[in-house]
Amino acid sequence: MTETLIEAEEKVADPLLPTFAFIKRVIWETDDTFTLFVDSPAINGRLFSFRPGQFNMVYAFGSGESAISISSDPSRPSVIAHTIHKVGTVTTSLSSLRRGDMIGIRGPFGAGWPIDRAVGKDVCIVTGGIGIAPLRPAIYSLIKRRAEFGRIIILYGARSPLDLLYRVELEAWSKVPNVEVIVTVDRGDSSWKGHIGVVTNLFSYVKVESQDTIAMVCGPEIMMKFTVEELQRRGFENDQIFLSLERNMKCGIGLCGHCQLGPKFICKDGPVFQLSDVSHLLEKKEV
Amino acid sequence: MANNGFEQPVFKIQSDEMQRLLDALRQNGYRTLGPIIKDEAIVYDEISTVGDLPRGWTDEQGPASYRLVKRNDDAYFGFNVPAQSWKKFLYPSERELFRVRRDSRVQSPSENRESSLKYAFIGVRPCELKAISIQDRVFTSTEYKDESYSGIRHGLFIVAVNCTSSGDDCFCASMKTGPMAKRHFDLSLTEVIAPSEHYFLVEHGNELGASFVRGLNATEASEAEMNVAGDLIERAGKQTRRIEIDRTPELLSARLDHPEWNVVAKKCLTCGNCTLVCPTCFCSTVEDTTDLIGSFATRRRKWDSCFTLDFAKVAGGNFRMTSRSRYRQWVTHKLSTWVEQFGTLGCVGCGRCITWCPVGIDIISEVQKITET
Repeated sequence: MTETLIEAEEKVADPLLPTFAFIKRVIWETDDTFTLFVDSPAINGRLFSFRPGQFNMVYAFGSGESAISISSDPSRPSVIAHTIHKVGTVTTSLSSLRRGDMIGIRGPFGAGWPIDRAVGKDVCIVTGGIGIAPLRPAIYSLIKRRAEFGRIIILYGARSPLDLLYRVELEAWSKVPNVEVIVTVDRGDSSWKGHIGVVTNLFSYVKVESQDTIAMVCGPEIMMKFTVEELQRRGFENDQIFLSLERNMKCGIGLCGHCQLGPKFICKDGPVFQLSDVSHLLEKKEV
Repeated sequence: MANNGFEQPVFKIQSDEMQRLLDALRQNGYRTLGPIIKDEAIVYDEISTVGDLPRGWTDEQGPASYRLVKRNDDAYFGFNVPAQSWKKFLYPSERELFRVRRDSRVQSPSENRESSLKYAFIGVRPCELKAISIQDRVFTSTEYKDESYSGIRHGLFIVAVNCTSSGDDCFCASMKTGPMAKRHFDLSLTEVIAPSEHYFLVEHGNELGASFVRGLNATEASEAEMNVAGDLIERAGKQTRRIEIDRTPELLSARLDHPEWNVVAKKCLTCGNCTLVCPTCFCSTVEDTTDLIGSFATRRRKWDSCFTLDFAKVAGGNFRMTSRSRYRQWVTHKLSTWVEQFGTLGCVGCGRCITWCPVGIDIISEVQKITET
């Protein structure tokens, strides 16, 4: 990092200015999804630290920014990871970057998962597709403090076996005592011996009790809707269910107006919400 | 306070003292901005003499209609709200956020370039004062402040002008934002054209304002003069156009499925004019560009509108595809959800969105249809 850059960082406190970070490693998780590991930047002279569920605005030179949740272990903040689904202009630009290239980062922003509220309780994580990325830091944290929680149930659905993210981690987590990992895919292939179908089907294979349990849910909105219904059928109250929501974001700090859902700014009031705070807003179309 | 609405001390200056006030502000380093006539409309721009003011002109406004009309007197501020608000100075429609070289050296714009700006707004209507205080909350009261807005706002001198008439689209009285400015100004003027003299009553909101009054040929206003001015303001507040603000926030949020949203959506062009002229609308987007050879990139922030098709679009879909949902977002934000976000409504009753809607959609009648039926 050049001296000029460090000086610039120290002078600038404007939350609209990105800080640049070197890419250390790129891992292609699937055909269209990759993880960028960057040397954690010092933002305004402070070491970068984040809470599970928070996101960064990640800038690709000249093409723009995307809100990307941080997918690495919060207890190791010297390297931070963003798992990115290549789907739009900015994420396509980001997908062409290699080790040694730089990305701009603003963050971390937003409210994270209620890890401390889950102490002494069971945790049920239900996730689909790229939705597992913002939950990975939460899983790392839960497992690091394993003794403080009861059962940890991870239900994960992907489109196909080749679309499964974090296979190595899933395998490792399933070996941790009292952690149950169950995976399903929408469509299997000849090598697939596991479950087929939507993620809510997995509730048939695992005992999930609402008492003293916190549910953390992230995935496509339709998947979250059916998951919530399943949890409610099992007696979960809306204050036991937490969702991470996605909306268009330009600033990440509540100034641009794009991410509004009724009175909520997803960027600063969320992206993780207690269901009781947003259920009435999610019931209506196009709020 | 007397029942004419004025708080002592109130001074009186003859109308030709206005030039002295402008001169004093300019000598103190302020860039004086005020109403002028441009493209057959009254807009805010730089003014250096009272001759720049739209003296003797007024406006007639109605849904999708705006006309300048000659008055039969020489009033400086005899019009209603200008086409655009002061927002364009406090929160410019376009601003460069940064430049970055390909080697990622950020070339941020010159530091705190806005903090040295000193603007004096001449002729801020009470509804617009409220709009400025609303944007103050949006941009400066949360964890992350808008540095540009804060910088410009910090150096701002406000000369309010109380309303002595109301346009046909004005509904400030029901919104409790006008027609008289009560605070948030440095100076507040009330223009009176009596048979024998043309004068302003002057109030100051703080010591800075008072220091400028001391530089003017000012006398103490009499009770009778305050009564005359108070009557004019009171008359301006007798508006037939109203929104019932006590019940509206709750009712709107409860009626997201009201059939009127479909009806109005058939008329709405989703052009976004209403959001551009609105003095409180604050949404923005960013635009990233590079030079031809890709050696440096620039990021600019620009006003955006919740009426644009892409506003709520994400890579996987669009959360507000229909014009129904976009119109509903705007109205429910202004008159309902804004309260939870910022502790105030997002509408001040200036009526610009009605005047400048090309198809004459009237927010008042829409809100009435949705909340009363």
